[in-house]
Amino acid sequence: MMTPLYKYGFFGDEFALLVAFALGLGFGFFLERAGFGSARKLAAQFYLYDMSVFKVMFTAIVTALLGVTYLGWLGWLDLDLVYLVPTHLGPQLLGGLVLGVGFVVGGYCPGTSVAGLATGRVDALIYALGIAAGTFAYAEVYPAIKDFVNAGAMGQVTLPEVLDVPWGVLVFAVVAIAVAGFSAATLVERRFGGKP
Amino acid sequence: MNQRPDSSPYLNPYLAGVGLGLVLLAAFVIMGRGLGASGAFSSTASWFVNLVAPAHAQANEYMSEYLGDGSTHPLKAWLVFEVIGVAAGALLSGLLAGRARLAIEKGPRASAAARLACAFGGGMLMAIGAHLARGCTSGQALTGGALLNVGSWAFMIMVFVGGYAFAWFMRWQWR
Repeated sequence: MMTPLYKYGFFGDEFALLVAFALGLGFGFFLERAGFGSARKLAAQFYLYDMSVFKVMFTAIVTALLGVTYLGWLGWLDLDLVYLVPTHLGPQLLGGLVLGVGFVVGGYCPGTSVAGLATGRVDALIYALGIAAGTFAYAEVYPAIKDFVNAGAMGQVTLPEVLDVPWGVLVFAVVAIAVAGFSAATLVERRFGGKP
Repeated sequence: MNQRPDSSPYLNPYLAGVGLGLVLLAAFVIMGRGLGASGAFSSTASWFVNLVAPAHAQANEYMSEYLGDGSTHPLKAWLVFEVIGVAAGALLSGLLAGRARLAIEKGPRASAAARLACAFGGGMLMAIGAHLARGCTSGQALTGGALLNVGSWAFMIMVFVGGYAFAWFMRWQWR
């Protein structure tokens, strides 16, 4: 059987919306389980006494990366049909920086703010309204910054392609970095923990 | 940390990560796309502006993309349904764990008003960053990270750089 199922026409756009809800259900469930409906828990990442954001995020990345890699090697998943956001290095580096500042100021990211507001966090609701306001502000200035946002188009590219390294080698590197990072994160938590 | 005695402890971060990773993998296998969040806010904001000032929204290059040609409702979008699911899933988990309650998340030194003002400002910055980067922590860092997407990894590194660089100025809010 070949996947992605949707791309192979196993179901249509209406059913895809149901799938979206079901996947969101799982996404939100695990975000809240991890404690990511709480801005304090999330912001702790930047004060080094609780590195859960890093641990959860990189475990998820490694899990899904190993999954697509093995399913691809087995011939069950056509990875070329999985959508990649096009790379524009300049705006993505700047966007990451601005978003990182917004993360520590606001305490959430868009997905976790939904988990927060769903569990009654008033700050998460205000944060979500801030996202809406920011979206409006961005849309208003978009014509003026359009050239910058669309500059440096590299298309849909992966690290193995750009670095000219085999896919499997890069997967191994990411897993190795993640495992080393987990140990380092635990050491850091011990060093900076104890005074929440 | 900072948990009430009547609520369950959070799930081990590695187990939660495997759970999230499997949901993400399911999205790749079933849909051929990853998870997201900021796109749902774009659809909702564009829909709302279109409701209040339709001529303005439709004339705007960015919002008109989310509004489409009018043949389908702007909220009938994949990410909007996914985010409704996120809210439902989080509420379910929160209720099961006894963590769903009205509260403001902040450190002991911050006032509620200051915290909410920061939440609003942080949300605005987040939106601007996510639009510049073509995705947020879900659509770029998590999804693109697992696909070894070049722009996603560049973005993810800068998120941590930005967060740590500005953390000192926000100590009063969290510690």
